Amino acid sequence: MKLSDERLTQDGLAPTDASAKVLILACGALANEILALIRLNGWHHMSLTCLPAILHNTPDRIPDAVRAAVKIHRSDFDQIFLAYADCGTGGQLTALCDELGIEMIKGPHCYSFFEGNDAFAVRAEDEIDVFYLTDFLARGFESFVIKPLGLDRHPELRDMYFGHYTRLIYLAQTDNPDLDRMAEAAAERIGLRYERKFTGFGDLAAALQPLG
Amino acid sequence: MSDQEDEIILSELNDEELVLQMHDDLYDGLAEEITEGVNILLERDWAPYKVLTEALVAGMTIVGHDFRDGILFVPEVLLAANAMKAGMAILKPLLIATGAPRMGKMVIGTVKGDIHDIGKNLVSMMMEGAGFEVVDLGINNAVDSYLDALEAEQADILGMSALLTTTMPYMKVVIDTMIEKGIRDDYTILVGGAPLNEEFGKAIGADSYCRDAAVAVETAKDYMLRKHNQLAAG
Repeated sequence: MKLSDERLTQDGLAPTDASAKVLILACGALANEILALIRLNGWHHMSLTCLPAILHNTPDRIPDAVRAAVKIHRSDFDQIFLAYADCGTGGQLTALCDELGIEMIKGPHCYSFFEGNDAFAVRAEDEIDVFYLTDFLARGFESFVIKPLGLDRHPELRDMYFGHYTRLIYLAQTDNPDLDRMAEAAAERIGLRYERKFTGFGDLAAALQPLG
Repeated sequence: MSDQEDEIILSELNDEELVLQMHDDLYDGLAEEITEGVNILLERDWAPYKVLTEALVAGMTIVGHDFRDGILFVPEVLLAANAMKAGMAILKPLLIATGAPRMGKMVIGTVKGDIHDIGKNLVSMMMEGAGFEVVDLGINNAVDSYLDALEAEQADILGMSALLTTTMPYMKVVIDTMIEKGIRDDYTILVGGAPLNEEFGKAIGADSYCRDAAVAVETAKDYMLRKHNQLAAG
């Protein structure tokens, strides 16, 4: 299935398989990776639906969007799993999952679980000045970062946003030279030193594997 | 609002028109126009404090409300803040020289492990605009940094900011240390940052969680008034 990044960013994704037993309710930024895992592992009992990835930029709106989506889909599936980490909600997603009786991905954000939460936590103190990209964010840097921050219209705001950052690390889920070039261009655009680190899917597969 | 900017000559406007135009210029993030407007009002013998409150703070309050209501977004707020900063740069030394009213003193900083300071900087600026003296410790502050500054500056208020879910628990480390040292109740503690909420503020023992810069200012004023009343009653 070929997905449009633009649609995943702005609209999300309707359930891919209405006859499946388990629904993965995910951030649109994880759609490609989760569909790849479903395909590669033959997880035919799983369906994927996504909330708009752009919610990443307004985390306070994620819990309400999750609550509404669970309400819509709950009766159609035996189980719903939330493919979000905390994602800047300050524990609100965890509290919501407890209330709704559903599970979610452990960790603070996708940068962490893509790298592996344990490994990420060990290096976190040394990387407070790092701006991260994933495959999805490398492709969507313009619509996720540059435009929402107004840097296309007001490049003079660069220092206010990124003045304390020193590096951009591209956490690569796949080996793709085109994405590597895009991530490097993104680093150059915001004046940060570039590094690439291959992570694969990290803890994501382990989080989904036990479902159903 | 900015379509007509080239046609408007600020010095030809009367005071009322000029102040309204400055509100528009702040909204549009026009730092040069704000600088010009401030200078014109000062030349017309406006007290620096009056320029600050009626032209800049009132204008920035409109920006804050429209940000809260989803009409303006972060880039526009930052441009407005830059414009206000340009006006403040002129007014600050004059405010000190003219003995403008002081509301109290705040030490503020982003917590250890966190380098995000956009929200904190907006709070600092609006607090200064409201007449508070602000000692800004910048980013990545450990407990000692806060405690040393509170003591050295004889501050009334401690402000802590965090943007990350992983760093916000550090606020509790700071507050617990203050409790251990028996100095917690000497200060009003305000906390803020995108992942925080009121429940978190209460859970860590802060006096208040402040959703945005405008709320921080009003909350700080409220606590200072209470403190003043308590001292008067005692």
